[in-house]
Parts: sequence; C-alpha cells; structure tokens
Amino acid sequence: MEGGVESASKDVDQPLLSLRGISKNFGAVEALREVDLDVSAGEVTAIIGDNGAGKSTLIKTVSGILTPSEGQIFWCGERVALKTPREADELGISTVYQDLALCDNLDIVANMFLGHESLRYRLLDENAMEAAAKVTLNSLAVTTVRSVRSLVVSLSGGQRQSVAVARAVMRDAKLVILDEPTAALGVTQTAQVLSLIRRLADRGIAVLVISHNLNDVFTVADRLAVMHLGRMVHVGPISEFTPQTAVEIITTGTFVGAKANSTRSQPSNAGDRQ
Amino acid sequence: MTDEESSLPDESETANSGLQESQDQDVVAIDSATSVLEADDVSDGSFNAYLKGSLTKLRSGQSGLLPILVGLTALVIFFQLKNSLFLSVGNLTNLLTQASYLVMFGFAEIWVLLLGEIDLSAGYNGAIGGAVMAVLAGTYHRYPWWLAILGGLAASTAIGALVGTIVIRLRIPSFIVSLAFLLGLQGILLKVVNFDNYQGSVSVLNGPLLDLVNGNLSRTAGWILIAGAVGIYAVLVIVSDARRRRSKSEGAPFIITLVKVFGVAASGLVLLLVCNANRGIIVPLSGIPFCVPIILGFLITWKFLLTRTRFGRNIYAIGGNAEAARRAGINLGLNRVTAFALTGLTAGAAGILYTSRLGGSSAAVDGGQLVLLAVAAAVIGGVSLFGGRGKMIHALVGGMIIAIIYNGMGLIGLDAATQDIVIGLVLLAAVSVEAVSRRGSTVRA
Ligand SMILES: Nc1ncnc2c1ncn2[C@@H]1O[C@H](COP(=O)(O)OP(=O)(O)OP(=O)(O)O)[C@@H](O)[C@H]1O
Ligand SMILES: [Mg+2]
Repeated sequence: MEGGVESASKDVDQPLLSLRGISKNFGAVEALREVDLDVSAGEVTAIIGDNGAGKSTLIKTVSGILTPSEGQIFWCGERVALKTPREADELGISTVYQDLALCDNLDIVANMFLGHESLRYRLLDENAMEAAAKVTLNSLAVTTVRSVRSLVVSLSGGQRQSVAVARAVMRDAKLVILDEPTAALGVTQTAQVLSLIRRLADRGIAVLVISHNLNDVFTVADRLAVMHLGRMVHVGPISEFTPQTAVEIITTGTFVGAKANSTRSQPSNAGDRQ
Repeated sequence: MTDEESSLPDESETANSGLQESQDQDVVAIDSATSVLEADDVSDGSFNAYLKGSLTKLRSGQSGLLPILVGLTALVIFFQLKNSLFLSVGNLTNLLTQASYLVMFGFAEIWVLLLGEIDLSAGYNGAIGGAVMAVLAGTYHRYPWWLAILGGLAASTAIGALVGTIVIRLRIPSFIVSLAFLLGLQGILLKVVNFDNYQGSVSVLNGPLLDLVNGNLSRTAGWILIAGAVGIYAVLVIVSDARRRRSKSEGAPFIITLVKVFGVAASGLVLLLVCNANRGIIVPLSGIPFCVPIILGFLITWKFLLTRTRFGRNIYAIGGNAEAARRAGINLGLNRVTAFALTGLTAGAAGILYTSRLGGSSAAVDGGQLVLLAVAAAVIGGVSLFGGRGKMIHALVGGMIIAIIYNGMGLIGLDAATQDIVIGLVLLAAVSVEAVSRRGSTVRA
C-alpha cells in the first residue's frame, strides 16, 4: 500500500513546484531554515505544524509576497524568481491567505475579481463578473450571503472566508494554496471546501493546504509536510501517519513512528530531482 | 427576521431556479438560511424589496447622501426665511460661481483621500496653476487662452505627481510631504507672480479666461446643453439598466432608474430656468455660467474613471486594504502617483477657476485656506478620511454647502469671524453624524 504510493509519485515525471533550501529571516528571527518541499499536480499536500512554525511564511514565498533570503524555487523544473504576486499569478498560482486579504470597502464581486476584472471595451464588465461570481459561490454552496453586491465589511467571518476561497478557485490555476481555509467555517461550508479541494486535485490541479484541523487534513490530504520551528521535519504520504504520530511530530519536531525508513528516503528523492 | 427568511426563498425561486437546482440537496437541509443568496432585497427587482434594502443600508451606516441633502434643504429654508433675497435668481447664480472653485478643489482632494492619503499642497498648487495661466496669457507673453490653460494645468499636474512620487519613493506620510510642499509652494507662487516685472500680482485681461467663471452661456446654448446632457444621461442609464436586467444582475428596480432620470431632468430644468431668467439690475443678464458645464464635465469624467475603469477600482482597493491590493497584483506605486497627479491636475483646474473669478492672481492667495476648505467639502459631502469610501458627487454637495453657508451668512449680515466658527461647527457636525451612524454598523475597528 505504502510502497504503491511512493512509486506512483516517482512515476510523475516532475513535481509542479519544488522548493530547495528556502530560508527566510525577519531581522534576527529565522522564520524558515533550509526548507525543501515538492508539490505535485493532482495531489493535495497539507502543511501542518504548530503556531509560528513558519507555514504562512513558506507559502508567502511561493505566492510572491515575501522573497526568500536564500534558496531556490523551481516551477515545472525551471528555476523561477517570484518577486511579485503578479509573477506568481501569471504562473498560475492562486492563494487564499490566512488573513483573507479582502477589501472591506468593496463588494463581494469586486473582491473576487480584484486585479483580474473582466473588461468590455476596456471598461469594467460588471454583469459578466457578477454572473461568474454567482456561479462560483453557488458551487461552494455559499448560500447565506444576502447579496453578491453586499460589501465585504458586512459579512461574517465564515462568509468572508468563503469569498476568499471562491476567489482563489474561480480562475484556472495550476496551484491553489489555501492557508487555513476552513478556520472560520461552519460544518456545511467546511465540508464544501474540503470536497472542493478534492475536486480540484482530481482535476489535476496541485493543492497546497495549511490546516490545524487534523480531521480535515486526514480527510483530504494525499501527502503531509510537517514543520517545526522553521524547519521542514518530515514529508511523506498520508499513509505514513496516524493522527497520533502527526500530533507527536508537530509538538516534538521529530518523527518517531515505525516507518523511519521512509523518512530517510525523502531527502535522497529530492536529491535525484535536482 | 424569521418572516424574512421564510418568505425570501419563494421570491427567489422563479428568478434563479437554475442556480438553486445546482445546489447540493444535503447541504440545504443543514443551513437554515439557505438560498438567500439570490433572494437579496435588491435582486428581485420589486420596489418594496428595494426600499427594504435601502433601509437596511441606512441603519447599518451606509446612509449615502440622504442626511447631507436634508441638511442642505434645512440651510436653504433657514436662509430664505432670514432673507428673501437668498433664493433670488441673482443670488443663486452667484452662489454657483462661488461654489465652483470649492467644488473643484474638493474633486481634487478626493483622489488622494480615497487612497487614505492627503495632499495639503493642493491649494497652493492650484494657485500656482492659476498664476502660471495668468502669466502665460499676460501682457508679456500673450499666449492664446487655451494654451495658457494647458500650461497652468501642466504645471499643477507635474507638482502633484512630484508630491506623489516623493510619498511613494521615500515612504514618508503624505501629510508631511504635502505640508512641506504647502510651505514651499507658497514661495514658488510668490516667484510666479513676480515674474516678468509683475509686482506681486498678475491681472487676467484675456476675455475667454475671465469668462470661465464670470461669463454665461447664451439662453439657447443653455437649453441645448441641458437637453443634451439629460438626454444622454437618460439613454445611458436606461440602456445599462436593460443590459443588467438581461444578464440577471442585481440592482435597483426599473422604477428607481426612472425616478433618477426624472430627478436629473427636473434639476437640470430648474438650473436652466433660474439661470436663464434675467438677473441684470441695469442691463439684462442671463444664462448658465460657464463654470457649470466645466464642473459637470469634471464630475462626469472623474466619476467615470472611478467607477467604470480598472484604475478606479484599484484606487478604491488600495484605500480599502493596500496589502490586499498588492497581493492581488495591483501596482500600488503607479496607481498612487497617478492619483496624486490627478489631484494636481484638478487642483490646477480649480485654481484657474479661482483666478478667473478674481480676475487675476497675486501673492495674497491663501492656498492653506483653500485646501482646508477642499478637504472640508469632501468630508462634509461624505468622503472618508481613512480611504476607500467616497464619490465625486460628495465634493459637489459638500462644496455647495460651504458656499451656501458663506453666502447665506453674508446675506444676513454675520461677520467673517462668525462665518468661520459656523463652518467649523458644520464640519464637526457632518463628521459626527457619519461617525455615529457608523458606530451602529458592522464596520470593524
Ligand atoms: N513580517 C514578519 N516580521 C517578523 N517576523 C515574522 C513576520 N512574519 C512572520 N514572522 C515570524 O515568523 C515565524 C513564522 O510565522 P508564520 O506566520 O509563518 O507561522 P505559522 O506557521 O503560519 O503560524 P500559525 O499557525 O499561527 O499561522 C513566527 O515566529 C513569526 O513571529
Ligand atoms: Mg499562519
């Protein structure tokens, strides 16, 4: 079973995104230390780790918000420098941030299309944007919003999160990154977002999701990446983990499960690909 | 609340049955407020629902122009009761020319206020634009009027862009940068009005330039202007309303669109009748002042830029949440500098109106007072100082209110000191109304 997953991931010629030796310092704070990670198309990769482990910082280096102090990012095997959000966007990376990054003073439609407005004769095409926004929101079963023209400031925390998720999945992305996408969601919306994540991966999209909710992680993830104090301590298929070992590694930062062999195999894999 | 929830899904069923069907049935059972998405008060197009939606908005602090229009009406009634000359055609037309440059300075300041910035130098910047125009058209150069105007506008736009560039490049708060420019530009104004042997004051002798504010359209031209403007407005509004309806987008019911068109037509007609009536005391005098189409032109163009283009959307986004805008790939620096340049350009236009009204430019122009009135006009009209909220029309209403108060108090014989105190109180009252209505709303701290 476990060997099957391993060989399957080797058959995939190349990971979509590879991070090699990513470090990030904020002054004296070392938020990331030599992090390696591969993200493949059609897979859900979950990053877990305690508060302050560096998860959000890591995904911000991928979405072009933070430039790593050191390290390399490969996209389809080619080295890329993601200096601005626009560059990440053009590669097909779309992100739901932990703080959602919504404009309170704009309505739902405007937020969903921010930076990517539909134009008609070079002017905003509000009708087209509204129709597309409604379709996406409906597919996410976001039904409690009074109007897609409501200002975001008037939404509840969960509704705001739904809007942020809808925005990230609306456009055709190759990699969708979600930083705690279900943190504020109710039972229904959480189920919807998880099933959406699954559907995205099944459509061949790479999904990178951060979550503190191990239930969600074990429901939806194909691979787990565990971070501890800025280091990537273990990456492996979900079958290597049980919720207990996951909790252990999150808190202690060392992988003491019976499958220590595959732990060691991980860095050598990474070496092959370089 | 429960009434609302149970009745709304029925209303929405017919309009959006396609979308409703696509929803997961399991989900529907769990959530009590299901299927309200399409059932919004405004979306189903009925008048009652629209009214209900507007009331909800009002209660949540998005009161729009209503309170300020009520205040304006109260002022008009008060001054008319105190002095029956207030609503005479002569005074009303005078009021328009008095308000013209205030409104234009207000338009200027809105561009930066929407970003959450401020440009304290806009007053002196505008004064310099007017002075440059006066010098270019003056006895030593005799440029044609339009070239003189272009020269003045170019100078102000460049100064505005410079202020913006320094703010963005050096990351210094715009308050400080523009304060420095306020002080420095005062000196530059002095240099400009002492150029070419002028002794600190430059008169405008050029006919068209004096006419910008002081001249009037002929009665026929007034009719053509108003009929044309109302006609184009009506066609545009009704066509876009029809398109919206066809694509099932949300919005006000058709009756509201009609009410708006009739409202605009009625205001246009009143304006026309007032201005076309004879207000001359010795010789007959009538017609819409030239500044009216100029102000309307700026209002429409700037509103169009703000609401219909990607640039305008970016401005609101940056003012609402700059970091979110950055993450959405918006170029913050370019958009900000452009907004500062537009502040400069509009301030230049305002300064040109001001210079035209005074018949010249001099070192005595108080750019500090002008910019503070500009900010006051925008804020009284409803523009937020924190960025992201406000419309061009707010400066029109706010500028009119300030002009009405000065004009009315002058008519009833209050001295300048009292006038300033009252303006201060009105500004305080306007912001308080805004703040109090906000407090009841859902706005986050
Ligand atoms: N802009 C910043 N400036 C300084 N330090 C920062 C900054 N952003 C993050 N850090 C630090 O980097 C470390 C990692 O932060 P990060 O936000 O990536 O954690 P996280 O794993 O996402 O945590 P959480 O689960 O709480 O979201 C923390 O110690 C944090 O204090
Ligand atoms: Mg985080």
